[in-house]
Amino acid sequence: MSEVIISINNVTKDFGNVRAVNNANLDVLKGEFFSLLGPSGCGKTTLLRMLAGFELPTEGTIDIDGQDVTLSPPNIRPVNMVFQNYAIFPHLNVSQNIAFGMRKSGLSKQELDERIEQMLELIKLPGYGDRGSNELSGGQRQRVALARALIKQPKVLLLDEPLGALDKKLREQMQIELRLLQQQVGITFVFVTHDQEEALTLSDRIAVMNQGDIIEVSTPGSLYEQPQSRFVADFIGTMNFFDCTLKDFSDGIAIGEASELGSVRIATPQTIVTPGNDFTLAVRPEKFSISFEQPDQQYNSVLGRMGPSAYLGDRSHLYVHVKGREYPISVALQNLTGVLDQMYTTDRKVWLTWSDDSAVMLPMEG
Amino acid sequence: MIRTRSRLNTLTVYAVAYLIFLYAPVAVLPLFSFNDSQYITFPLLGFTFKWYAQLADSQGLQNALINSLKVGLSVAFLSTVLGIFAAKGVTRYRMRRSGLLISFIMVPLVIPEIILGISLLMTFSVGGIKLSLITVGIGHLMLCTPFSMLVLISRMEGFDKSYEEAAQDLGENAWWTFWRVTFPIILPGVVASFLLTFTISFDEFILAFFLAGTDATLPLHIWSQLRFPDKLPSVLALGAIIVMVSTVVIFAAELIRRGGVDLGNKSKV
Amino acid sequence: MPSAAFEQSLVSRIQLRFRRSEAVRGYTLLSPTLTIILLGLLFPLMILVTLSFWKQEYVDLIQTFTLTNYADFFRKKIYYLILYRSIRISLLVMLVTVLLAYPLAYFIAFHVKWNKMIWIILVTIPFWTSYLLRVFSWKVILGYNGVINSGLMSLGIIAEPLEFLLYNPIAVVITLAHAWAAVAILPIYVSLEKIDRSLIEASRDLGESAFMTFIRVTLPLSLPGVIAASLLVFIPTVGDYVTPSLVGGTRGIMIGNIIQSMFGKALNWPLGAALSIISMITVTLVVCLLLGATQLFRKKVA
Repeated sequence: MSEVIISINNVTKDFGNVRAVNNANLDVLKGEFFSLLGPSGCGKTTLLRMLAGFELPTEGTIDIDGQDVTLSPPNIRPVNMVFQNYAIFPHLNVSQNIAFGMRKSGLSKQELDERIEQMLELIKLPGYGDRGSNELSGGQRQRVALARALIKQPKVLLLDEPLGALDKKLREQMQIELRLLQQQVGITFVFVTHDQEEALTLSDRIAVMNQGDIIEVSTPGSLYEQPQSRFVADFIGTMNFFDCTLKDFSDGIAIGEASELGSVRIATPQTIVTPGNDFTLAVRPEKFSISFEQPDQQYNSVLGRMGPSAYLGDRSHLYVHVKGREYPISVALQNLTGVLDQMYTTDRKVWLTWSDDSAVMLPMEG
Repeated sequence: MIRTRSRLNTLTVYAVAYLIFLYAPVAVLPLFSFNDSQYITFPLLGFTFKWYAQLADSQGLQNALINSLKVGLSVAFLSTVLGIFAAKGVTRYRMRRSGLLISFIMVPLVIPEIILGISLLMTFSVGGIKLSLITVGIGHLMLCTPFSMLVLISRMEGFDKSYEEAAQDLGENAWWTFWRVTFPIILPGVVASFLLTFTISFDEFILAFFLAGTDATLPLHIWSQLRFPDKLPSVLALGAIIVMVSTVVIFAAELIRRGGVDLGNKSKV
Repeated sequence: MPSAAFEQSLVSRIQLRFRRSEAVRGYTLLSPTLTIILLGLLFPLMILVTLSFWKQEYVDLIQTFTLTNYADFFRKKIYYLILYRSIRISLLVMLVTVLLAYPLAYFIAFHVKWNKMIWIILVTIPFWTSYLLRVFSWKVILGYNGVINSGLMSLGIIAEPLEFLLYNPIAVVITLAHAWAAVAILPIYVSLEKIDRSLIEASRDLGESAFMTFIRVTLPLSLPGVIAASLLVFIPTVGDYVTPSLVGGTRGIMIGNIIQSMFGKALNWPLGAALSIISMITVTLVVCLLLGATQLFRKKVA
């Protein structure tokens, strides 16, 4: 097992009467790419700023590399940060920006210059040392901010939505570079984002936050495939929810009854409720198969009527109305052939089916 | 289209007329300072430098100039330092009632100077403090600090707090963060504040009138000269010099401001 | 006795409190300025109030509470007549200055396409040249043997100097409107510059004429600047005594001259203090009335 590098214990932060972070408990492992994911105002940035030392917790403690740094000022913490707007010093050029934190490093001028060159190589901006900070593009600023933090060889690098300001294409490119860079330097990254796709792409593990609470901490795959709460299921990707009652559970198969779907089967090692109780059934849009003939199976199938559809290039989103259900079921289909439009005309009758292991049981909420 | 054009022209004509109104009294100073006559009347009688020569000979003027420089520079320095502290406090920390405190500091701007002058005069008199250049400076400090704070608050608001946080994050304490990041970025604001407060103090008459002891500042000296008709032309010469120097200083300040760090946002206004 | 450890923990607790509370750090940075304003403004104003309740007898101050000075103000017509005149002149100055400044600010904000800063500098340069000399310059321009009279005479347009130019309230208004021009232009310009141009386009798009767009959109949105300009001109001019004494003559005397004389020739500090306080209260009341009136105007236009 990897060792713990950041340990957040019962940390709470209040701003006046507003609770920004509520009793957070979290361990980040050494060398991990860890993301804090949540909608804006969920407390993820506040939590990151407490790691950096810009905010002090109202309660609780923070350990970094075995040291209690809860009350340490930012300048003595073994972490460095890449700011949301990059905060590239406007009065300094690229080299001076990168060298900023090395005043007390004890390196000679020559050694320092070498280190700066290495960093410029690392961020793929060799020869940019003399550029003024206002001559840089958004992506270049982001790289300089990275170099400026990494040259300090921090125990942990904190990144506050560093890709938010970039356009879509550049953002996707930077995601890959960031991931490669992290593997190359081997430093723990703690990454704040509100973009769930970005978090899934980059992270080893993700903590999903909402309204100051850490809802769930897990790997991208299990957050997507096996979410433990309706919030996480809803926030990450698209999800269809159905009210359900558990009828029976045996041999890793739960059998339920949903008013909108009829009989359903879920493959699960254990159930979250005992038979006779209600739960929420969740199925991702891409887990559905769609056909015009009635399938053989008596369970996990439902008859519907085609609603509107949206063509997205690589795939299409279909909406299927089901009797007794207010909102249509969202179904995603890969556009393997070019003839979807003609086939799925509005009001056409279709059957949706899904497999035992593609549905998730969630506790009822509210 | 034609309508818009004509409206623009009317406004342009107005703007030019307004500038003439603004500059006519200022232009009178140099114009008659070179006129070879003791009386400020048309027609002009001839070109002369003698009024300027007379200026150079005046011991009273030179003393007053030195006094004004002393007061102006000290006041500009002190009020700018106070302004930096206050602007940083207001813009960088979450505080309750900071709006109220700012308006409190701005009060000297909305009190007639004469009232500020006499109340300080009474205070010094009650406290047995002798009037001197220092008491003038104290009066000017009250007047200049709000201006300095206004200039520096707008400069500080123009740059993001994250620059300072980045410096701290990279290992600098508050002292070094200030000198390595904050100060270079707000430097144009500091220069602007310094020049503005210096000019205000240098030109200030009403407070100085009440608060000066035996040492006259330049405006006090000018005031005393206005009573003597034979001194008028050299007062005009002095005025012409002041106009020229302030023009140079203002353009220099604007150049410095433009040369300042581009923060990439509205802070340049 | 308190141990070293205890002292150290106390120090670190204070440091911690300092780090924890942004407000404490903010107040610390503000405190020097606040102290200066407290000592240099609030305290002297308190002394002013105290002194206004004392009495001057020849060169001595009688330190017993009396309302004589305030009573004098209401008893002797001259004081409140002059205060009334000062307010009237200052209001007129304010009106003239702002009315003259608005079109220029409008011109710079909407019609100057580039180098707006040059225009701003052009407007402010006269403001930075000695106030005394600017006022004096008007005396020279408007005087009996002054620039206008001697100019017109040497051109043969008039035979005798015009006497109505100098030493009257109009001369005071012209001089002050000139002296405070920049102070009025800048806030109006800033408020006009801030107006989102699409609002004006929206109004035109919704069918308003250029003139009505100005009345219903531009003017109300620039009102904060107009108010700031008005107050920044009105308040200081009430207390001015340089301009009245140079170009005002006896008909142009303002309350500032009276207050100043109480600290000079007349030597009656308590009366001067009382007059100052009455002036300040009057100014405040007028300002409140002005603000109330603009509120009404705003509601009407909207």
